Amino acid sequence: MHRTATSLVALTLGLALAGVAYTDPVEDALVVEAEDGTIEIVTTAPAPDFLKDTMETIYSGWHYRETETRDLQRDDFDNPGMVYVDRGLDLWNAGIGAKGESCAGCHEGPESMAGLRAVTPRVDEKTGKLMTVENYIDACVTERMGLDSWKWTGDEMKDMLALISMQSRGMPVDVATEGPAAPFWEKGKEIYYTRFGQLEMSCASCHEDNQGKFIRADHLSQGQINGFPTYRLKDAGILSAQQRFVGCVRDTRAETFKPNSEEFKALELYVASRGNGLSVEGVSVRH
Amino acid sequence: MVEEVKPRVKVPKSAAVGEVVTIKALISHKMESGQRKGSDGNLIPRQIINRFTCDLNGVNVIDVAIDPAVSTNPYFEFDAKVDAAGEFKFTWYDDDGSIYEDVKPIAIA
Repeated sequence: MHRTATSLVALTLGLALAGVAYTDPVEDALVVEAEDGTIEIVTTAPAPDFLKDTMETIYSGWHYRETETRDLQRDDFDNPGMVYVDRGLDLWNAGIGAKGESCAGCHEGPESMAGLRAVTPRVDEKTGKLMTVENYIDACVTERMGLDSWKWTGDEMKDMLALISMQSRGMPVDVATEGPAAPFWEKGKEIYYTRFGQLEMSCASCHEDNQGKFIRADHLSQGQINGFPTYRLKDAGILSAQQRFVGCVRDTRAETFKPNSEEFKALELYVASRGNGLSVEGVSVRH
Repeated sequence: MVEEVKPRVKVPKSAAVGEVVTIKALISHKMESGQRKGSDGNLIPRQIINRFTCDLNGVNVIDVAIDPAVSTNPYFEFDAKVDAAGEFKFTWYDDDGSIYEDVKPIAIA
């Protein structure tokens, strides 16, 4: 009897320790050393009102990664994503249009895009369509420059996305969920909680019910997309939010939606709204 | 789009005499290993940066031999002792014979 009690205590203690060691996001703060000074990034924030029943605090995915990976994001020189931002800047200034137009020709410096990444996806007032940053890029490329659409997850698109996102770095994510955005947001929410694939898993199965736990070797985050586009060490390349969605849905053994499908655009809006209050990280680093 | 090779180096602007400073050097390069096959099933020929050197005022600081297992966009971080003001010279040697160079001055504070 006595022995059983002791081992039970030991077992409970062990579980408690494991709990502390493995299930919480790391406590840490992110200050990025940029070319022109330092930028404080908000990586922890109170959850938006509509999430209050399920969680108190929202965490950037940065808190769920290893020390070495987190450190890469502290200094722009160490952040491999900046290579793509540089490429995006070259593309911004290049006269690539059918008549030699460049992004810079209309918009001047990329700073003119400051704030865009923080509020997208958003509903365009004129057309009533839901617009991601990629949709805006595509509109310029096809309508104003007279080119064929860039491949949605191709180099040019993602280099430009990285450059534009960087202009909003440090700004709080603040996507609209009401008014004209409401139907899109509801659709995104429905997708978020719908179980897909042979494994019958929804986004919430991992990122809400089991965030902080390990799924084999992966530390499950809250699935925030404030850090996207992100440099992924595994791919040695940059990844957009909707590309990540493809990866997640595929992992449930489902046929995935396509990037820029109505489904993923709505989902991007809903997932972004779950991170309202976190900083845009520009180009983050994840594994 | 052509893959552009672009060296990036970070060196402190100044140092005390005898101070050891940290230097970071990164070059964007696809580092094609020669092991991969293209969509046509043929091997993609190897093209990597096979050597990287750093000199301070003509004296060698580091000389690295690089092999195909090194990742894309190779990144080196190392220390150098600064005895006098001068210039760091960085050189990357490509398999195709190209040489990429960058130069950074350092002052004595």
